[in-house]
Amino acid sequence: MKTQDNINRRAFLKVSALASGAFMIGVSYRSTAYGNHHEGEKTWEPNLYVRIDPDESITIVSKNPEGGQGIKTAMPMIVAECLEVDWNNVTVEQANLDDRYGRQVAGGSRGTPDGWDDLRIAGTGAMVMLRNAAAEKWGVSPNECSAANGAIHHKKSKRTLTYGKLTALATKQPVPDAKSLKLKSRPEEFKILGKRIPGVDNKKIFTGTLGYGCDTRLDGMVYAVFEKCPSFGGRVKSANTEQLKGFPGVVDAFVIDGTDDLKGLMPGVTIVAETWWEAQSARKQLQVDWETIQSDSTASYQRQAEALSKEPGKTLGSVGNVDKAFDKAHKVLEAQYYYPFVSHANMEPQNCTAFLHPSGKMELWAPTQNPKSGRGLISKTLGISEDRIHVNMTRLGGGFGRRLTSDFMVEAAWIASKLDRPVQLQWTREDDMKHDFYRPAAWHNLKAAIDKDGKMTAWENHFVTFGNNGRTTSGANLSPKHYPSGLTPNFRLRQSMIPLKVPTGPWRSPGHSAYCFAFQSFMDEIALAGGRDPLEFRLDLLKQRYGETDFNTERAAGTLKLATKNANWGRKMGPNQGQGLAFHFDHGAYVAFVAEVTAQPSGQFKVDQVYAAADAGPVLNRSGADNQVEGGFIDALSTSFLEISFTNGATDQSNFSNYNLLRMNQAPSISVDYVQSDYSPTGLGEPPIAPATPAVTNALFAASGKRVRSMPLGKEGLYI
Amino acid sequence: MSEIKLKINGEERAVDVSSDMPLLWALRDKLNMTGTKYSCGIGQCGACTVLVNGTPMRACITPAASIAGMDITTIEGLNSEGEHPVQQAWHKVDVPQCGYCQGGQILTAVSLIERNSNPTDADIDAAHSGNICRCGTYHRIRKAVKLAAALKRGDA
Repeated sequence: MKTQDNINRRAFLKVSALASGAFMIGVSYRSTAYGNHHEGEKTWEPNLYVRIDPDESITIVSKNPEGGQGIKTAMPMIVAECLEVDWNNVTVEQANLDDRYGRQVAGGSRGTPDGWDDLRIAGTGAMVMLRNAAAEKWGVSPNECSAANGAIHHKKSKRTLTYGKLTALATKQPVPDAKSLKLKSRPEEFKILGKRIPGVDNKKIFTGTLGYGCDTRLDGMVYAVFEKCPSFGGRVKSANTEQLKGFPGVVDAFVIDGTDDLKGLMPGVTIVAETWWEAQSARKQLQVDWETIQSDSTASYQRQAEALSKEPGKTLGSVGNVDKAFDKAHKVLEAQYYYPFVSHANMEPQNCTAFLHPSGKMELWAPTQNPKSGRGLISKTLGISEDRIHVNMTRLGGGFGRRLTSDFMVEAAWIASKLDRPVQLQWTREDDMKHDFYRPAAWHNLKAAIDKDGKMTAWENHFVTFGNNGRTTSGANLSPKHYPSGLTPNFRLRQSMIPLKVPTGPWRSPGHSAYCFAFQSFMDEIALAGGRDPLEFRLDLLKQRYGETDFNTERAAGTLKLATKNANWGRKMGPNQGQGLAFHFDHGAYVAFVAEVTAQPSGQFKVDQVYAAADAGPVLNRSGADNQVEGGFIDALSTSFLEISFTNGATDQSNFSNYNLLRMNQAPSISVDYVQSDYSPTGLGEPPIAPATPAVTNALFAASGKRVRSMPLGKEGLYI
Repeated sequence: MSEIKLKINGEERAVDVSSDMPLLWALRDKLNMTGTKYSCGIGQCGACTVLVNGTPMRACITPAASIAGMDITTIEGLNSEGEHPVQQAWHKVDVPQCGYCQGGQILTAVSLIERNSNPTDADIDAAHSGNICRCGTYHRIRKAVKLAAALKRGDA
């Protein structure tokens, strides 16, 4: 917020119970900020999110990073809804990192649930103060006044005052107690929420004027590339930096010793030039003698996984007696499921712009999902106190969890600390793919027992994952509380860990986005082995109860029923066609998919149609929500064809030529529907990912009889 | 380095480039025109798409010097008010998520509906299969291209 300077009267009421910990309702106004105001007309900022100008313009601040999840549209919609203003008069402003906002992260699908209360209070509180202001002016009771379309109306006397005319008076109203406010919560109360509202930055995107991180341009700015050891953790022994300094456009070239933190400042060589192309051209002549420290490989991981699969592992959770249940079972099923490492592959490769001001202030322009974490890492690594680090939050060209890690920020800050000009560090696509924090691979050795009625009596999973020093690495954990825990009389989760020296991290719906493929595919196997319909089997399982579940089984069943109803589940399909079903709960929301595929004997298949059903509480922006569900399905389908592998500690893949994302001719049509339950709204950035892949592979089984237990699909002879 | 003259969005711009500097970097770093995006650098993803004499080209692998004098259209030059039928359709359908690839997708669509006033799904898939969208907006792009074609024909 740039408001500090001009504030001449301000008071904040801290409402500590708010989810994000932000300061909320308060009073502040600027008397001189926008000039040209008549006496008594003032810009009013009732709180950190709202600004009302005498010319009736309404500005709403969006505090979280926007990377395509639609938060910059959906969250201001909540404020506008409660403030009772016309959406067309609203301008949305992106906040920078500012501790007064509390949590400023794009991650965990938490923006919506965190913002729901805060923003309704922000909007409603301001509206109430405006209403009280009008009532005071008219000498009537506030109860006789109502707010609509950016104005307060007094029906009896047919008087109206627009918000712009009330700013000066509103600042004098007492700040209402957040607990006293009546907050809208249901679709039938909404005027803006629930509608299809296009993204607030659309016009800028369509005219090429929206600034992503890499679009930052500053006076005197130079451009940097940064070469790190292909084998993770490798150090620089020597490099021909002196020679490179003579190349066209090159401003500087130097070695960065870095740290041992794979998520921090890694060792490498930077080349800085007047244009990025010149830096990159010089880099082609860069010669580095690396000291490599490890030689991890996918082949070695596979050998270790095979050996560990035969061992008991560590039991993470157990209910009933699984061994006894297997002994007494009518049928026992066993299968191993596998999925590989994958990369985030944001369309905008990692980059960050930094400038060390002569005053010692470090300023950054960062496409980050986690600005505060970046500030902390820079502070720790460069020894600059946090209050001297300012982070401007730019648009992100995709996040998906990659930009929760701040390596690119600390690299830019370090390079900037050695220069007296602003510098933009721009990674190549190859840098981006070879220095990601990958979604970890895993093996699930699954075993289930069924009785003669086809009822599942035991479920066991021996999860072979990755970890060091007794702890799973980032994104590689699985909780014994997850489905189908609590739904089966006998349940056991065992875990074994393979040590690894390549970095892993959260990838859109961490854990869930991977293991759901194994679970929902094996559920189909169990259903079919017992002669049960996959839908009926799943619904019956949700009705069983042998302990706690970490989700609401009725909401899950609701999405299954809606998706299958819309798909006309179980109808007769044509030759080589099949329907597949899967559902999942994560990050507070429930999603079920029915996929319909046509599979040729050659292995070529097409996803003909997808029916999605989601329960994320009341839908806030129908267009944004649909976009997340549609995009989530396509992201998951795309990823089911992808694999990151390692040789000698380095990533084998480098660009879209060998990590080829799904293209338009391969993308299905998706219809999206919702169960608009009474629960508080939750985010939809992550939940649509997990059940998408198993819906497709289950459909492939229905169409062709081929059971897919391993990714990527190409290695199973399948293509699209 | 030598000075070349580029005709960008109808305007002649003198720019000093090396013989191998791709148009992408001449635009972004020399002219500060950042609407054209870098993503793969090898012509695989289409984020850097510009129109050269009306045809989609990959600015990341096209040396600026090789297209001196030709008509170059970047996303900034399409219609600064967002009123081109493709821009209107993109807004109506609310295509973008992160939006990074959309400039390239839009220029690809502009070129398609210039050649084909009523494209089918297959036509659209063929034209756009060189443009990756990591967020998965393909479904909406198909819808938006059809709407744009209809707007251009005067049918919508």
